[in-house]
Amino acid sequence: MVTVKDFIGEESAWCPGCGNFGILIALQKAVVELNLEPQQILFVSGIGQASKLPHYIRGHIFNGLHGRAIPPAIAAKLVNHEIKVIITDGDGGTYGEGGNHFIHAIRRNPDITLIVHNNQIYGLTKGQASPTTDQGVVTKIQAHGVPVPAFNPLAVAIALNASFVARGFVGEPEQLKNLIKQGIQHQGLSLIDVLQPCVSFNKINTYQWYRQRAYKLPDDYNPKDKAKAMEKANEWGDHIPLGLLYLNLRPVYEEQIPVLKNGPLVKQPVDVSKIAQVLEEFC
Amino acid sequence: MNLDYNIVIGGKAGQGLQTISDALSKLFLRGGYEVFTSQDYMSRVRGGHNFFMIRISDRPLCAQKPKIDLLIALDQETIDIHWLELEPEAFIFYDGESIHLSREDKRLVSISWDKIATTIGGNTIFANTVAVGACCGLLNFDLGLLAGLLQEAFAKKDPKIIETNLQCAKAGYEVTKNLKSKVTIQAGTTSGKMYINGSEAIGLGAIASGMKFYSGYPMTPSTGILNYLAGKSDEFGLVVEQAEDEIAAINLVAGAAYAGVRAMTATSGGGFCLMTEGVSLIGCIEVPVVLVLAQRPGPSTGLPTRTEQGDLEFALFAGQGEFPRFIFAPRTPEDAFYLTQKAFNLADKYQVLSIIMSDQHLADSGWTLAKFDPEKIKIERYLLAAQTLAGMQEYRRYDLSETGISPRTIPGASRHLVIADSDEHDSRGHITEDLSWREEIVKKRLAKYKYMREEISLPIKYGDSASKTVLIGWGSTYGAMKEAVDMLNAKNKKVVMLHFNELWPLPVEYLGRELSQYDNIVAVENNATAQFMRIITGQTGILPTHKILRFNGQPFYPQLIVDRLEKEVHVYGDR
Repeated sequence: MVTVKDFIGEESAWCPGCGNFGILIALQKAVVELNLEPQQILFVSGIGQASKLPHYIRGHIFNGLHGRAIPPAIAAKLVNHEIKVIITDGDGGTYGEGGNHFIHAIRRNPDITLIVHNNQIYGLTKGQASPTTDQGVVTKIQAHGVPVPAFNPLAVAIALNASFVARGFVGEPEQLKNLIKQGIQHQGLSLIDVLQPCVSFNKINTYQWYRQRAYKLPDDYNPKDKAKAMEKANEWGDHIPLGLLYLNLRPVYEEQIPVLKNGPLVKQPVDVSKIAQVLEEFC
Repeated sequence: MNLDYNIVIGGKAGQGLQTISDALSKLFLRGGYEVFTSQDYMSRVRGGHNFFMIRISDRPLCAQKPKIDLLIALDQETIDIHWLELEPEAFIFYDGESIHLSREDKRLVSISWDKIATTIGGNTIFANTVAVGACCGLLNFDLGLLAGLLQEAFAKKDPKIIETNLQCAKAGYEVTKNLKSKVTIQAGTTSGKMYINGSEAIGLGAIASGMKFYSGYPMTPSTGILNYLAGKSDEFGLVVEQAEDEIAAINLVAGAAYAGVRAMTATSGGGFCLMTEGVSLIGCIEVPVVLVLAQRPGPSTGLPTRTEQGDLEFALFAGQGEFPRFIFAPRTPEDAFYLTQKAFNLADKYQVLSIIMSDQHLADSGWTLAKFDPEKIKIERYLLAAQTLAGMQEYRRYDLSETGISPRTIPGASRHLVIADSDEHDSRGHITEDLSWREEIVKKRLAKYKYMREEISLPIKYGDSASKTVLIGWGSTYGAMKEAVDMLNAKNKKVVMLHFNELWPLPVEYLGRELSQYDNIVAVENNATAQFMRIITGQTGILPTHKILRFNGQPFYPQLIVDRLEKEVHVYGDR
C-alpha cells in the first residue's frame, strides 16, 4: 500500500501560506486513497507557480512550456493510455496563454484530470491581472482597474459540453481531495478549477474573501442538469458555489481512435512488413 | 531514340487538371517511360490559372523543361499564357465549342470534349477522359493500359463507369490519331519503377521508420504528408492527430516522443514560426522529434502554393538558447524516403530534433524512381535495455557523458520515473538554479555536435571534377542543377557541382579543403540571398564569387541555370 510518504517530492519554492500547498496536499491524499503508485501517474504542467507542483510530488513529469501543458498531456495519453495523466497548471497558463488548447481539449474529452490553480492573479511574474481577475481590480499594470470582465472557465467548459466541471477551494480540503479523486476516476476530461489565494500578490481574493462567499452545492444538486449547471457557473461575487457543477458522460477521445483498440500505442509492435506491398501502389 | 516530350495541362482549379495529369503520368509510367510531373497552381479552390507539366522520356528525368510539345487547354487563358513556350511543331488541344479563339494557327486542334462526353456518357464529367484519349491518339499510345488504370480507380463502382470512360477515351483517340506528331510514344512494358512525389515519399519513409504518432495543422505545401499518413493510419497503426494549431502540434509530438514512440510533425514557414518555442523545448528536454519544414515563399503568408528555399537560416536558428539539431534537405523523393529514416535514427541516437527541409517543388513534383528498398531501413531506438534499467539503483535522465548523450528510457518501461522539464534541470530532470551545474549541462548538450558532425554524409560531387568552377546547391534544386551541369559539360563548358542533402552540422573541414580548389564558387539557390552559402561562409570564411538565385516562386529549369551561368559567370576551363 502506498502512503503519502511515497508522494513527497522536492522541497518547494512556494511562499509560506501559499494556496498551492493545499492543492498539493489534497492531490497527494487523493492518489494515495486511490492506491495509485508514482510510476502509474504522469504529472504534466506548464510554467508558473502552479506548474512547479509536479516536482513536489512523485510521478513521471512533463513540465513543458507556459500555456502548453495540455498538448503533451493528450499526446502521452494517446501514446500510453494505461497511464494516469494529471495536469496542474495555473489560470494564466490554462485560460490565457493556452486558451486554444483548453477549448479543444474539452471538445476531444481525453481521459485527463486538469487541475487549475486559480488565484486570479499572475504570481510568478509578480502581480499582473490574470484572465480570471475581476473587472475593476487595480494592479501595478492595470492601474485604472482591469477594464474587461473576467473569463469564466466553468461557463465556457459547460457551454462546450465538457464531461466533468468542478470547482474546489483550498479552504475546503476534504471536499477538494474528494473532487480530485472523482476527477481522476472520471472517464474523460475532468476540469477542477481550484480557488487558491496568492498571499503575496492578491490582496483582494484572500482566504477570508473566499470563505465569506464560497458555499458547497447541496447534496440534492443534480450535476447532469446543464441549464442549472450554467446558472451555477455564472454565480460569482457574493456567492460562489463549490463542488461538481456539471457531469456529462460522453465518449472518451482515445477510445474513439480505432488504432488504440489494440492496446497502448507504445506497446504495439512496429510492423513495416507491409511497406513492400504499399510500394506497389506507386507503380 | 532520345525521347523528351513535354505536355502541359492548364486550366482553372476545379476543372480536373490533376485527374488528367495523374492518369497520363501513370499511363506513360506503365508503358515503360520515365515521367517527371510538376505543378504550378494558385492559392484558390476554384478558378485562376493552374497547370501541370508532364515530361516524358526514355531516360531518367530529374527536372521539368520550359518548352511545350502538347498543350491541353481547358480554358483560353492557358493558351494565351503558354503561347510563347510552344515548340514550332507543338499541338494545342482545346474545346472550340466553349473557347472561341481569335488567333489562327495550324497547331490548334479543337476537340469537342464536352459534347463527346455528353453524347457518350450523358455528362461533361467524362470530358477529361476524352482529353486523355486524345493525347494517346496523337502519340499513338495504345489505350489498353488505360483500361487497367480505370479498373483500379473505379473497382468499387458501377462497371458502367469504366465502360463509359473507355468509350470516351476511344472517341478522343479517334479525333487525333491521324494528326502528324513529330514523335510517337508506343506503349511498352513497365520498367517496374515507381511514380511518387516528395510528400508521399516522406510519409512513406516515416512509416517505414516506425513512426507511430504524427500531428500537424494543415498548411500548404506540407499538407500532402498529413493527407498521406492519415490515409495509412489504420493500415499501419498510426495515430494521426490534426492539431488545433501548430503550437499544439509540436507540443503534441514532444509529448508523444517523451511517452515513447517515434513522432513527427510537418508544417510550412508560418506554422514553423509558431513552433519555434517547441523547437527550443525539444532542445531542452532532449526528446527525439522529426520536423518537416515544407518551404514556400515568404515573408508572412507570401505565395502559399509556390516554391522557395527561403527558410534554411530560420530552421538553423529557430528557438531560444543554444542546443544542437540536425538539418536534412532531400534532393528527390527517393532521397526523402531514406533520409527520413536517417533523420529518425539520428534523432533517437542523439535525443535531438531532426529537421527535414522540403519545399513545394519537392513536395508536389512526381518522379519516376527505382522502387524503394524497405530492407535498407534500419530502426535504431537507442533506449536503455530492460535489464540495464532493472540493475540501476537510481536513474538519472540527464547524466553527464563524454558524448553528451544521456541514458534514455520512457515512462512505464521500468519502475524508474522519467522527468522532463523545460526549466534548466539537474541530472534527474528536476528544476534547478544551481549555476555551476548549468554550465555542465549546457556543455553536455552541445558536446553532441562533435559526434553529430561525424554522422553527416558529404555532398554529391557531380560533373567535371577538373573544373575551376563549382556550383553549390542543396535540397530540391538537385534535378535542375544536375541537368544543367550535363548540358554545360556537353558543350565543353566545364563545371562541377557540390550538392548537399545533409546540411547541419556542416562538414566544415571538408568544405575548407574542397572549396579552396576553385576559382569560381557559384551559389545556386531558390532564394534571394543564398542562405546556405552564407552559412558556409560563416563557418569557413569562404565567400562565393557568383550567385544564381531564383525567388519568383518557381523552381529552376536546367536551361535557366545554363543561361545565367553563361551570361554571368562565363569562366570555365581546367584548374
